[in-house]
Amino acid sequence: MNRRLIDSAWGVVAWVAGIVFVFPVIWMVLTSFKQENAAASNPPSWIFEPTFDQYALVFERNMTPFLLNSLMASIFSTLLVILLATPAAYALSLRPVEKWSDSLFFFISTKMMPVVAAFLPVYLLVKHAGMLDNVWTMVILYTSMNLPLAVWMMRSFLLEVPREVLEAGEVDGAGLLTSIRKIILPIVSPGLAATALICFIFAWNEFFLALNLTATNSSTAPIFLVGFISSEGAFLARLCAAATIVSLPVLIAGWLAQNKLVRGLSMGAVK
Amino acid sequence: MTDLATRPAPAPVAPAPKRGAKERWVRRAPLLPALIFAIIVTQVPFLVTLYLSTQGWNALRPGQREFVGFDNYLTVLTDTRLRAALFNTVLLTAGAVIFSLILGLALAILLDRKFLGRSVVRTLLITPFLVMPIAAALLWKHAIYNPTYGLINGIFGGSTDWVSSYPKAAVIATLVWQWTPFMMLILLAGLQSQSHEVLEAAKVDGANAWQIFRRMTIPHLRQYLELGALLGSIYLVNTFDAVFTITQGGPGTATTNLPYEIYLTMFRKFEYGEASAAGVIVVVLTIIVATFALRVISGLFKVEANR
Repeated sequence: MNRRLIDSAWGVVAWVAGIVFVFPVIWMVLTSFKQENAAASNPPSWIFEPTFDQYALVFERNMTPFLLNSLMASIFSTLLVILLATPAAYALSLRPVEKWSDSLFFFISTKMMPVVAAFLPVYLLVKHAGMLDNVWTMVILYTSMNLPLAVWMMRSFLLEVPREVLEAGEVDGAGLLTSIRKIILPIVSPGLAATALICFIFAWNEFFLALNLTATNSSTAPIFLVGFISSEGAFLARLCAAATIVSLPVLIAGWLAQNKLVRGLSMGAVK
Repeated sequence: MTDLATRPAPAPVAPAPKRGAKERWVRRAPLLPALIFAIIVTQVPFLVTLYLSTQGWNALRPGQREFVGFDNYLTVLTDTRLRAALFNTVLLTAGAVIFSLILGLALAILLDRKFLGRSVVRTLLITPFLVMPIAAALLWKHAIYNPTYGLINGIFGGSTDWVSSYPKAAVIATLVWQWTPFMMLILLAGLQSQSHEVLEAAKVDGANAWQIFRRMTIPHLRQYLELGALLGSIYLVNTFDAVFTITQGGPGTATTNLPYEIYLTMFRKFEYGEASAAGVIVVVLTIIVATFALRVISGLFKVEANR
């Protein structure tokens, strides 16, 4: 009896902690439904008449192209990452090449290199090739940014395919394609989906490369927010509306992938 | 880990038997596209950075590019701005990692218990990590820190300008808010991989909760704490969005970290040679941290293989 009381007390503490942590996000969403004068009030206004004006304003200011560019860069880079990483992960797990661990650690070491360290040559090359302000440049760079993560993550999922089943398939004369389709894919497809969602999240949120390599034609969603950095005065509600819109796809992707999130973020080291 | 523990882990490496050259290439084929792509997009630019770091090159003076040897490195290492940036990088990274680890551990311990709506609370707790970093930085800068209509002064009163008064703390707090969920997830996975029988046995033997935590949980969590700290450092050393948004590196150079300083050297001062040298120095520092990171990660793999 006493123990149950203690347990539920800790449950309450956990709930309070959860609400405190998520509160800035709730505040962001609340503020996005306010008029500017209610948003900038002190003390904060809790009761107000909700309005969609800010959302309408944000789209009037032409946010749609930014969202479409982000969507393109994120989706195409994710597809490319999966296409490159899945076979590589296969060659590093189920049917390993010699010295497989060297390649594996090579991939992770590229992830550890800070972007700024190798950015100048990339910038110069992109500029000379006339590829500045081009969505496909972003697709290529986001692919290389996410490739190590995807290789490691896919490898950790592929290792869960039981060898005995694969070998039994081979004995029964199943070719490579059959065993991929009938044995490997059904087992790893949740992992494949989680990998894709996490790559999507990182590509969608990327800021540094987008800031320096895109301009009017191919700016991605984070760049839409740059205009809000120094502005003063009546804009807080509009900022919150914009921030809510750009964060929404990732929130959904993250909630969907949440059971596999930790595995992806730790490169498959923690399950 | 839980599902791996229930069945024997597949041995990831079969000792590679000697095979013919053709067979070896067939095996390598699926790996090659990814490997070549990664080398071209990440390694080649870095080699070019190495080369550029030996050049005296300011893009505002076209045509005047010359070999200067290690001069750029000397400039960079003796420059007070860069030394400040180095110090700030260490401080911001360490501050954010340590506080998010502590908070993450506390939250992971809370979530390791069973209570009503546990999965809802977990979802709430990971949400800050999913907000777009620049959106989070803007939200904290304007909606929370602002002296006139920010939430802190709005609730607690006062008129402190949090960002100008405590710039480092303002940046760190924002990063901690975003990264605590990451640490919590890793540590929660660690807590849940503890063996329940062993914990029960300790209880039967009369160990109290604190003793169990101190003597069993913390040693078990050690590698997860290390992993969280190292992965967090790798991501947070690159912090750019928060600095760019909240403080622009200021006031003065109070929050200028290396990525932001290199960005300024590149796109404000156009000193390409110096920016490259600074970039190479960052890589050397990262390699030092990364060596430890790789050791921890391969340690985890060994544990997994021995299960």
